[in-house]
Amino acid sequence: MTYIVECKDISKSFGKTNALVDVNIRIQKDKIYGLLGRNGAGKSTLLNIIDAQMFPTAGEVKVFGEAPFENKKVLENICLIKESGMFLKDLKVKEAIYLASLFYPNWDADFAERLLDEFELDTNKLYKHLSLGMKSQLSIIVGLSGRSPLTIFDEPYIGLDAPGRQFFYDILIDDYMNNPRTIILSTHLIDEVSNMLEEIIILHKGKVEIEGNADEIRSKAFYISGDKIQVEDFIKFKKILHKELMGENMLAVIYDSLYEKEKAEIYSADLTISSIPMQQLFIYLTGGKMVKRGVINE
Amino acid sequence: MRGGAFMKMLLDDSKLIYIQIADAILDAILKGSLKEGEQVYSTNQFAKLYGINPATAAKGINLLVEESILYKKRGIGMFVASGAKSMIIDKRRKQFVDEYVTKLMNEAKKLSITKEELINLINKYEGGEKR
Repeated sequence: MTYIVECKDISKSFGKTNALVDVNIRIQKDKIYGLLGRNGAGKSTLLNIIDAQMFPTAGEVKVFGEAPFENKKVLENICLIKESGMFLKDLKVKEAIYLASLFYPNWDADFAERLLDEFELDTNKLYKHLSLGMKSQLSIIVGLSGRSPLTIFDEPYIGLDAPGRQFFYDILIDDYMNNPRTIILSTHLIDEVSNMLEEIIILHKGKVEIEGNADEIRSKAFYISGDKIQVEDFIKFKKILHKELMGENMLAVIYDSLYEKEKAEIYSADLTISSIPMQQLFIYLTGGKMVKRGVINE
Repeated sequence: MRGGAFMKMLLDDSKLIYIQIADAILDAILKGSLKEGEQVYSTNQFAKLYGINPATAAKGINLLVEESILYKKRGIGMFVASGAKSMIIDKRRKQFVDEYVTKLMNEAKKLSITKEELINLINKYEGGEKR
């Protein structure tokens, strides 16, 4: 199988700070990936390395099977949309769009036109006069219209308000189905995007904490609650992320496989089981000392 | 295609999404809004309707293909199999014991409701809103 992106033992240090530590990931063709991580987890560093804007300190990167650095064939097929600083300040919106259309070989001008219209973006405005939300809109229009085989959004939607983000998500899913391509969404707004993701990579302190199919990850993450003794008994051999105690009742957060037989046991033992939203799982996995509510020290 | 068979329901965090997609189809068949032999929404239509990844929608649909509740007509789409409704009823009846009866008995035990009292309550029960 050929991968769109292959990172082998990537490390990146800035002075004494280790931004990435032995990162190994493989990105498959035409899937939507979520690159999730807290502030400073290393998401942007990793994406900049994939786009050859930065060298790794150690390790090897391949994009479309080749080393990306100074490789025109590779780079013109990657579109990395960043949170800020995408365009020259003194350009008008329409000039920025024109330049982008020259840069990306798969540029869809009609689609860009339609999006400019739907976002109601004034094309004669100078980039430096745009609000944060408008800058985000422009970045998103470029990212979607570029139709690059590898399209990466590094949190450009941060500047958008909730309806603006919803609009972006709806268009993204729609456009992805019409024009399948590999998409990486880097974000910490996990609740909003998690249903759109097919694959998930969680970065934590520069390392890959979890990666895999989103549905498989979801199916392993669950809350189980009920009588303390029964819960303890049930979770004995499970990977426990967190436990909370309230009197005789316990709530446990589990990340492990659950078999059909065990589900039947849960019902007969009067235990309650439910899935954990991706964002909550993310908090349990990466929150560290911040997850304090009802912690039981053992 | 019976597009109107599906009301867009809200997705629920406590269940896996592809299971919810499968359940929505099963409910539509049970209620009769989606009949045997009729075409079901495509993967992409479900993805668009719920704002989910098409691979997730496909997983929900494929689950029902494996259970022979839906079948695939090559190049056309997914259809409800004949006998689907009775298969669903059989399956749901088995689940009914696990999920509802067991829960009911457990809760009754906690409230010291005896079996006789419970049977009485069921006999007297006329359905929620009518009472």
